[in-house]
Amino acid sequence: MGRIARMAGGTVASAVDALAARARRAGRGTTGNDPGGGRWQVVTVDRTPDEVRPDGRWPEPLRRLGDAVQVRVRPAPGCRGTELAARPRPGRVPPGLAAHLVGDDPGAPVRAALRQAKQLAETGEVLRADRPAMDRAGPPG
Amino acid sequence: MRALCWVGADTLEVRQVPDPELRNGHDAVVRVRRSATCGGDLPLLAGRVPDLSVGDVLGHEFLGEVVEVGPEVRGHRVGDRVVVCAGVACGACWYCRRDLPACCDNGSLDPEAAETAWGHPVGGSFGRPRASGGFAGSHAEYVRVPYADVGAFTVPEAVGDDRALFASDAAPAGWMGADLGGVRPGDVVAVWGAGAVGQLTARAATLLGAERVIVVDRYPDRLRMAERHAGAETIDYRHVDVPAELRERTGGRGPDVCVEAVGVGCDGGSPRSLADRFTGRAERPTAVREAVHACRKGGTVFVLGEFTGFVDAFPLGAVTAKGLTVRGARQHGQRYIPMLLERMASGELRTEHLATHELPLEQGARGYALFRDRADGCVRSVLVP
Repeated sequence: MGRIARMAGGTVASAVDALAARARRAGRGTTGNDPGGGRWQVVTVDRTPDEVRPDGRWPEPLRRLGDAVQVRVRPAPGCRGTELAARPRPGRVPPGLAAHLVGDDPGAPVRAALRQAKQLAETGEVLRADRPAMDRAGPPG
Repeated sequence: MRALCWVGADTLEVRQVPDPELRNGHDAVVRVRRSATCGGDLPLLAGRVPDLSVGDVLGHEFLGEVVEVGPEVRGHRVGDRVVVCAGVACGACWYCRRDLPACCDNGSLDPEAAETAWGHPVGGSFGRPRASGGFAGSHAEYVRVPYADVGAFTVPEAVGDDRALFASDAAPAGWMGADLGGVRPGDVVAVWGAGAVGQLTARAATLLGAERVIVVDRYPDRLRMAERHAGAETIDYRHVDVPAELRERTGGRGPDVCVEAVGVGCDGGSPRSLADRFTGRAERPTAVREAVHACRKGGTVFVLGEFTGFVDAFPLGAVTAKGLTVRGARQHGQRYIPMLLERMASGELRTEHLATHELPLEQGARGYALFRDRADGCVRSVLVP
């Protein structure tokens, strides 16, 4: 996922902010489906919207997807924190090799980025897997 | 390092694998002193869980000594003797902050796999396949412990290794069955399964004030343990009609709380045929069915056993007709372990007798065979790396 995100590259926070503002205006009372861009992927972050967007910027895992995604945020009901949503922008699935890697599911890197953003906001880091033996120095196990 | 690896159905092998490393700031690395077998491992061992890969290290109930800590770890330092919760949880998400760490949003390395399996990501676990967290198991010399401040607990000096070990999984699971089953003073509680979790459920029910606790199993040695160590009455289901016996012992009402602590494939039911394995036909949860039928109207059935997916022939009609509450969970250990260690230190909760067979890691395959077959009075094999 990190490789995919880095390849997608670029920071377009202002464009994403504008989209988010539009989504907030348009999204009130709507369903998760929207003919303009498919279903939103959503995670609920147990933090306030300000904590989810420190300095008014989207968290890094989402910024890495650049303008390939639309992002929105809104308070979750019942003091459950913040609903952070994203979806691939129509016609702009993660480009180049990234699109090849994700195959027929352009939502996969979006879901992964959302989860990473949530983990960062809640725990301060993204949980990492053990390194495979072949990536390590020294004699094989 | 050496580790006990799954290499195929019913086949384990001690192999050399890379030492664990700190991968996150909240990690610790623990040198394992004791690591127990558990009924939840048996479907993995049998090769009935498709996600498991050759070379995966089993084991999730363990105790050891901290040998390395990440820069974000505040509560532990090198040299601490710790018991580690079998479940991995972040301690910071909505579920963790509401004492439901087994439901943690951030405890798994592969939440997508869990979503496919269960509908939502859940907390991780050591020694389980990807859908259950994907962390290397504890039947090894060393283990990486993510979120060490949340999942590792310093063991009081007064508590020996063989007692504290079971604070990792069996004791919190048992306590949770009684606690979330809603056991109250004066209750009659029935527990299916006299293994480690069943015995500790029975003990927890007693400590929570149950007036009578009845344990159901078919192994006389385990039933004797439940009588001796948990103060329970027992029923050997080989010789007794369990529902009828429970009705008689409870004045026709049925137990107030019924806890299933058997798990799938461990209840003496017919093993699945080869055809069943190919078609994926679901198991029948015999003990849960019996518990639902036996439970008093308006009572609670708590399911502790690890079920690998679907079950057939669940008596849903009885649940609604009798107004039952059916609840289940993987153990929320982080919620209970500090209290359990205190009770262990005071002598209120004793668990050493459950470690019936202590073996070196090299004899891990034998330890699992003893445990799986209930041979030689085995309740738990404990491996010492």
